[in-house]
Amino acid sequence: MSSHESNYQPTTRFGKWLDERLPVNRLVYDQLVAFPTPRNLNYLWTFGGILALCLVVQLITGIVLAMHYQPSGEEAFNSLDHIRRNVNYGWLIQPMHAVGASMFFLAAYIHLFRGLYYGSYKAPREILWILGVFIILAMMATAFMGYSLPWGQMSFWAVTVITNLFSSLDSIIPGMGTAIVEWLWGGYSVSGTTLNRFFSLHYLLPFVIAGLVILHIWALHVVGQNNPAGLDIKSDSDWVPMYPYAVSKDVVGMFAFLLIFAWFMFFLPDYLGHADNFVEADPLVTPPHIVPEWYFLPFYAILRAIPSKLGGVIAMFSSILVLVFIPWLDTARVRSAKYRPIFKWFFWLFVITCIALGYLGALPAEEPYVTYARLFTAYYFAFFLIIMPIVGIIETPKKLPGSITEDVLGPGGGKGASAGAAAAPEKR
Amino acid sequence: MSSHAEEPNRRDFIVLAGSAFAAVGAAISLWPFIQQMNPDSSALALASVEVDLSPVASGQAITVMWRGKPVFIRNRTEEEVKAAKDFPVADLPDEVARNANVAADATATDENRTLPGHENWLIAIGICTHLGCIPKGQKIGDERGDFGGWFCPCHGSHYDTAGRIRKGPAPRNLDIPPYAFVSDTQIKIG
Ligand code: HEM
Ligand code: FES
Repeated sequence: MSSHESNYQPTTRFGKWLDERLPVNRLVYDQLVAFPTPRNLNYLWTFGGILALCLVVQLITGIVLAMHYQPSGEEAFNSLDHIRRNVNYGWLIQPMHAVGASMFFLAAYIHLFRGLYYGSYKAPREILWILGVFIILAMMATAFMGYSLPWGQMSFWAVTVITNLFSSLDSIIPGMGTAIVEWLWGGYSVSGTTLNRFFSLHYLLPFVIAGLVILHIWALHVVGQNNPAGLDIKSDSDWVPMYPYAVSKDVVGMFAFLLIFAWFMFFLPDYLGHADNFVEADPLVTPPHIVPEWYFLPFYAILRAIPSKLGGVIAMFSSILVLVFIPWLDTARVRSAKYRPIFKWFFWLFVITCIALGYLGALPAEEPYVTYARLFTAYYFAFFLIIMPIVGIIETPKKLPGSITEDVLGPGGGKGASAGAAAAPEKR
Repeated sequence: MSSHAEEPNRRDFIVLAGSAFAAVGAAISLWPFIQQMNPDSSALALASVEVDLSPVASGQAITVMWRGKPVFIRNRTEEEVKAAKDFPVADLPDEVARNANVAADATATDENRTLPGHENWLIAIGICTHLGCIPKGQKIGDERGDFGGWFCPCHGSHYDTAGRIRKGPAPRNLDIPPYAFVSDTQIKIG
């Protein structure tokens, strides 16, 4: 934690010289080596590191793709073909980026549900949580613009449909929505001009994400990590230093994740995409069935569940923005759902709701699916706006362990265990 | 000094005026950077196209491009015109004509959706007013929806033979672009 004294000792003369001028080594040592992590963390806590890895993968593969990609209406589609067929290792790097986007969202959603279950959004982690919501939003904008770049039929029509969402503002101030949409397009329809600016922004946004990630980690290192018991670190036996404990666990998680990543990348590189995107963008023909990428499906289902155009747009954006307010909507006194017998059930129902909305989002907007989508949308919002405040008040939490140490070793456990031994495992 | 803390002094005034000046300056310098994203002069230049209608027989349809948008041109049969005329305007979800060639508040009668003397020609921008897909119904064998006009597959909007929304999420009738007959078989759009 920030209150911890730094005990970094430069070992070389150069290290000492540098430490007096720019203490980067001290920063890394304090924040990534000696940083106290609760000793009861499970594998769900490895996803933060996995997400950092994902961002690095997207940045490196993206910068490489941009060396061969042509952001123009005439060339974009063919240049992607060129990347996959002619560019050395393009067959590897292009799917790494495309599959990487999906894996990035998979990790982010697991990370987010982890936070929801263990109450990681509750005081003092509100800012940390809200920064996370901003990161998800920025990721969505990035992925949306990235998806336009292959300039296939799905790319083109996804851009058309999503940018047109803003035209719903015409029903508040006539003409305003249309003006915004034409401003986004740079014309009277989606065209190569639109593609070109989306490419520019697609290059920019990941660096904005990187900035947000730095703030997110900074906030984390000020308040410290939450943990499965939802307790604070109280004594030295409650924590272990980040290196080697958390780091080695993170590496195990990363490799498991990379196995799944590699499976898709090598064997099913286009499985998560759509066949229609192998047809070049045609402004005169809409594909019979427009579906977004899987990670947007629940939100797309919410959009279509509301019968009014503006209402649907508002509901869709609110479904993410509501997350900003949950630190104050949740009235419970304990953090972790492990000790919340009633909330736990509602939580799993919420997980099922999100999966069901995702499933419905891929189906045509017909009965009976629309009715189901409405029911699940209602639960989605009720979970945050009604269940969180009420259940927190009426529920009696189960007895919490006395400390993080007791959570691991049982009641009365941990006597005699010393942080010193944990801090220097190689000397035991 | 502290006793006068609440009294605004000359320094407070200078700070306030200076910051206001900087804020206005920043807002003004932002303008070109926002404006550059709007449709440029080359997009505005594509303002009009001429179309020869003589090859389009009754019951047939063609699609032309105008400002990067598809324009549906359909030579409607007598039954199609009658079907559109017979439907009461008061029962339409959108009662406004949406025709750039008539008054902005004109009602969506079939007459107001076409040009006088050329009522068999329905000329509309072929972009669904919901979220911008291209409705089906121009090609032979296309699904034309429940009212014989156009059908948007994206979220299921049905348009009638006058391009008016009848069923589904689209809020407005298909827009009619500005156009005029330059001869009996020639139109100019834009
Ligand atoms: C937050 C990180 C990022 C995400 C979530 C992301 C997402 C995406 C997605 C979904 C696609 C479409 C892939 C396809 O269907 O083939 C794409 C394409 C692309 N991205 Fe990214 N991207 C990220 C970072 C970057 C960066 C840093 C660059 C560097 C300029 C970049 C450059 C490109 C290029 C050139 C394409 C077109 C080639 C292709 O489609 O594979 N991306 N991106
Ligand atoms: S875009 Fe046509 S119904 Fe939605």
